[in-house]
Order: sequence, then C-alpha cells, then structure tokens
Amino acid sequence: MANKKCAIPFTGTPEQEEELMRVIHEHKEEKGFLMPILQKAQEIYGYLPEEVLEKIATETGVPMAEIYGVVTFYSQFALNPKGKYKISVCLGTACYVKGSGAVYNRLQQKLGIQGGECTPDGKFSLEACRCIGACGLAPVITVNDDVYGRLEVDDIDDILAKYAE
Amino acid sequence: METVNIKINGMPLTVPKNSTILEAARSAGIDIPTLCYLKEINEIGACRICMVEVKGAKSLVTACVYPVNEGMEVITNSPKVLNARKLTLELILSTHERKCLSCVRSGSCELQKLCYDYKVDDETYFEGEKIHYDIDDSAAHMYRDNNKCILCRRCVAACSKMQGIGVIDANERGFSTHIGCAFEKDLAETSCVSCGQCIVACPTGALSEKDDTQAVWDALHDPNKHVVVHTAPSIRATLGEAFGLPIGTNVKGKMVDALRRLGFDKVFDTDFGADLTIMEEANEFIERVKNGGKLPMITSCSPGWVKFCEHYYPDMLDNLSSCKSPQQMSGAIIKTYYAQKMGIDPKDIVCVSIMPCTAKKFEVKRDFQSAAGVPDVDISLTTRELARMINRAGLLFNELPDEDFDSPLGDSTGAGAIFGATGGVMEAALRTAVETLTGEELKKLDFEEVRGTKDIKEATYQVAGMDVNVAVVSGLANARKLLDDVKAGKKNYHFIEVMACPGGCVNGGGQPTQPASVRNFVDLKAKRAAALYEEDRNMPLRKSHESPVIKTLYSEFLEKPGSHKAHEILHTKYVKRSVY
Repeated sequence: MANKKCAIPFTGTPEQEEELMRVIHEHKEEKGFLMPILQKAQEIYGYLPEEVLEKIATETGVPMAEIYGVVTFYSQFALNPKGKYKISVCLGTACYVKGSGAVYNRLQQKLGIQGGECTPDGKFSLEACRCIGACGLAPVITVNDDVYGRLEVDDIDDILAKYAE
Repeated sequence: METVNIKINGMPLTVPKNSTILEAARSAGIDIPTLCYLKEINEIGACRICMVEVKGAKSLVTACVYPVNEGMEVITNSPKVLNARKLTLELILSTHERKCLSCVRSGSCELQKLCYDYKVDDETYFEGEKIHYDIDDSAAHMYRDNNKCILCRRCVAACSKMQGIGVIDANERGFSTHIGCAFEKDLAETSCVSCGQCIVACPTGALSEKDDTQAVWDALHDPNKHVVVHTAPSIRATLGEAFGLPIGTNVKGKMVDALRRLGFDKVFDTDFGADLTIMEEANEFIERVKNGGKLPMITSCSPGWVKFCEHYYPDMLDNLSSCKSPQQMSGAIIKTYYAQKMGIDPKDIVCVSIMPCTAKKFEVKRDFQSAAGVPDVDISLTTRELARMINRAGLLFNELPDEDFDSPLGDSTGAGAIFGATGGVMEAALRTAVETLTGEELKKLDFEEVRGTKDIKEATYQVAGMDVNVAVVSGLANARKLLDDVKAGKKNYHFIEVMACPGGCVNGGGQPTQPASVRNFVDLKAKRAAALYEEDRNMPLRKSHESPVIKTLYSEFLEKPGSHKAHEILHTKYVKRSVY
C-alpha cells in the first residue's frame, strides 16, 4: 500500500492548535470521545491533517492506527483540504449510467490524484458526490458553483483549462 | 459456582452460569468452529462462523460471545447451521488468495481446515472481485499479505489489547476494508516492536515471519564457512509441537541431533549465553545498588521490550540493563573467545540462532551488536523456520536419537534453562545476586513468588540486611501499567524483569502456531513453561556462577563480570525512538 500522506503541507496556526487542545480536553474523559473530537478538529482545520491526528493520538492515548481507521471509515471525514477549485463528479444513478464513471476516472488521471485528494499545488480537489438534481444534464460535474452537463470524457481538458489561472 | 441447566444437541448439561455457548459445548466434547474469537483478546463475534441455533431466538447466534441461560436449548449442527457456516466460508474465500499449496500456513491454516471440514470446494461458485494488495515486507521480521487476510482482527487485538501498541487497525470500509497502518504506512515506519504476537494470532497465512532459512542452507553448503548454531532455552519446550508432540514436551536431545544432521559444525546452547547474561546482569545490579546507580534496573533480554522502551519510554533507557541479550552474548563469545580458541577468523564463522522470537531478527541488525567487528549473530531463525528446515531435510524428528550439545558453549545450568519463562531471568539473577551479596549458599533455590503466568508478579526479598523489591511482568500492555506506576511514584522497585510476550519466550511470536481451538482452551504458557522448570529441577548445577564453562571463560578471557573487556564484548547501547 502506498503511503497516503497528504501532499499539501500543514499550515496550522497557534490559535487553531489552542482551540484543538481545548476541544480535546473538553471531551477526552467522555465515553466515545473520539468522534466529537474528530468532528470539531475538522471544523477547526477544514480537514484532518496527519499532524492534527498525531496530536489527538498523543493527548488521548488512542493509537494513531485506530484513529485513522475511524477517519477512513466515515465519509464525513476528509484527510485532504479542499482545493481552490472543488470538483464534484455526480455518481448518482442517472449520471452513472450516462458515463460519469469514465469522467471521474479521466479527472483522477488528469489531475494525478484520487477522489478525496487535492493536487499538491492546492488548486484542485476532486470528489464524487450523489445526485445533485440535474439528471436532465447527466452526466454532471460541478467546479465550485459552475455546473457542466452532458459531458463527454474529452470535454475535461477544456473545462480544466478554464481554471488554469 | 452458580450453574445453569441447558441442552446442547438434545444432551442435558449443567454448566457454569457465566459460560458462553462455545465454552459450554466444549465441556461436552463439542467443538464449534471459530475464526475471529480469541479468548480475552478478541471477543467481537464478527466472523459469524460459530453460528448455532438457539430455540426461541429469531436468528442464528454467535456461540463465541453468547452467554448460556437457564433452560437454553442449543443445536450446533443442524442443516441450517451447517449451511450458514458454509456460506460464510464461501464469502470469505471469494476474496481470499487461494495459493494454498505453498502457503506458509498450509496444513496449519484455520481457514483451510474449515473449508475441508465443510467441503467448500466449488471455486467457480464463489469466485468474485478481488482487490490486490502489495505485500508489506518493510519490517525486518515479517511479511503482511492482505491478500490472504480474512479481516478477523485477531492481529489488531493482539497488537493493541495484548501489547498496548496498536500500529495496525482496519482501514476504510465495506469491500475496501483492509488491515493496515495509519496513512497506509509501511510497518517499518511505525512503532511496531517486532514481537510477532500478530503472527501467532493470525488464523491464515496473511502474517508470517520473514523466512531466513535459505541463507542458512547457503551457509551450510559453503565449505569455507564454519557454521555454528545456538538454541534459545524455550525452543526445546515448543519445537515438538511442530511435529505433533504434546504441548510441553522437552525435545532437547532430538533437537540437538536434528541440528547436527542438518550440518551445523557446532551445536551450542543459548542457555550458556543466559548464564553469562546473569553473571553480567547480577553484577550490574549489585553495582547499581552499591554505587547509587539508576534504579529500578530493568532486564534487556527481550528485544521486543527493548524496542518498546525506546519508542514509548525513552526517558527510562537508563533503567535498562546495558547487558546484551543471551542471543547476542552467545554470538559475541562465539565470534571472539571461541574463534580465538579454534583459530578461526570470525569473518568465516556464520552464527545462527534459533529463537522463539521474531524481534530477534530485528535485534541481530541493531547497532552496537558486533563485538568482533562482524555481527555477533548472522541469522536468527524462529522455531517455525527450524521445523521447516528439519522437514525439508527429511528428518523424521520423532524418531531421532537424543544427543547432547557440544562443549564448551553447550554447557549450562538450570538458571539458563528457565530464561524461557516469565520470571525466569529474575529467579536466575536472584540466585546469583543473593549468593554474591551475602557470601552464603542459598538454602532454597526456588523463588516461587516470581513464577507463574500472572500478568504482574511482585516480591520483596531480604538480602544482606536490605529489602529488595522486585517485579516481573510479561506482555507489553501489562508492562505499560507497571511502568506508569513506577513513573508516578506509586511503586518502588529495585529490579524489574520485562518480557514482551505474555508468559515470556515460551509464548513468543516465533513459536509454533496453535489454532484458536487449542489456544482458547489450553494454557500454552503454563504447559510450555513447566517443561523448562522441570529441566531446571533436574540439572546438577542450577546457579549460573557455578557453571565451570562460565568460570573458565572469566578466568581465561573476560577477567571478571563488569570488566572493561566484558563491557566491550557483552554490553550494548540503546537509542531514543519516537512513537509517530
């Protein structure tokens, strides 16, 4: 298995760390403390960087492997930050039968990242999403608030080029 | 004891109130298959292979965790039950890499046995999509092959619950679920201590020791190499299991003969190295007590424990004895004293050790373990690998004659023999330290208080007008409890023995595997340890300092325990490591 360390450098501030420590100490004596701590940590940082999980592991005594297991189990947790441009590919039923799987694969290939990850320059993040209610346009992707529909795999290059700046 | 009356397969039974269906059935001679269940370690009822019918229950229940109650009627072998188990096996096999012919666990695989018993044979029926996982061979001591993993989580529980470490867990979910390290790191990048308890917990071939037998064959076939082997105290108490002998059979004589037939030039006993460890360690302890050195002193024989201390208690490294382990002391003396005596260049000696332990494979590669400028020990094999070599050489182990170790480094005392059980090092050290401090002969050599398989053992001995507080702990989760108490000032000891594996080396991660159906009902630790205490009882010499070989070694070569030369050859250093 390849190391899944996030390609984006950690840029946490002392204020964020102070807030994280407050959250950890507020919850760590409770039963089932890990979930609320992880949820609030994600609110503080926008995602769950390795450095933050390490802090939680050290402060709570829960092994990092166990925390990582929980984080990768629940889809609500993100190990990568969102990019400047957040690309969502609809893998809902209608889009999927119209070929959004191939679109998704092409995007992963073009960006050199897996779904759920962010490009090392912080520009694009990619994720799969469920039906966004635009089935008439299937297959659909969104880039931030822009919607692109009735896509072919070969349209991807042109779309990405629009966000080159 | 409170009991309840139940019926299993129509048979009326009276069983203890708190037993599970699995335990109740076992007491009536009925084996219910299990895969994920390990008593007191992994009781999660996850694999669903132990399903049984309970009258009145709306579905099948898991026998491993389901408690009995008054009037309960259980059926363990109805068509419904048998079909459910078969289906579960088919589902497991649908993602399992079925390279059974040459798998390291072929013949001892718990999944293979069940598939045979339940005649799960139609591969086309359950062939399904598989995810291919790369094998993690990064660590010095083991392979992790997720393609053979059945997600029972016995390894996860052994690592986190038994050893208090937790470097592996279940990552992701659903079909993508797999056992791995955080951030999918390689095992070598984590704080894994190489104890191998995950390997002996694994029901299949997903986890296995690194097989170093080819390197030994190559050395044995090289006419320019003088190949010496030495075997750890516990191997004689466990090797027989690999050849179907009862647990706790002492096979010392056959083992020595087998090693000689394999072609080793000399067959020595690590018990000698254990005696030597006691000389140095008892001396170090006395020096620390007399000169106000760092106390408590903690033993350093167990390389899994040493690495654990380096990762998790780096501030306590000064408490660790600086003595090398018996494996390394034996190797160091073979490459220095023995090489000189025999007139052999240490570079031409290949020193092989047979160990109960996978962490020994890590230990041989550590720094500060090469007294003669070459590694003290070249290759460390587990008990399982030795059994494999014996089989490949076509030796009918159970029919071999009993032979004795070679002199001089095969001669040892009962003190060396008991090193293989928890409390053994402490007892051996006390026999020598007490006599040295008091100058009087001990009336009773048995320090019963430090024997047995209890997690933590404590005792106080009056020695030369001083109260000596000792503690013995095995299993790293237990060690963590004890060390935290020491650090918090709640406990005040002078001397602590720590063994990484619960029960000590007899239950090491390199020992023959026993299926859960045995492990859950037999105290392996106690049975194997009994063989070593019996050996000790029957030895003419039972104190390390009375060994003639040890005496000669010091007078001819090392001068005295703790001498400058002894330090150069027999002592080592440790390094601070981080957890993440």
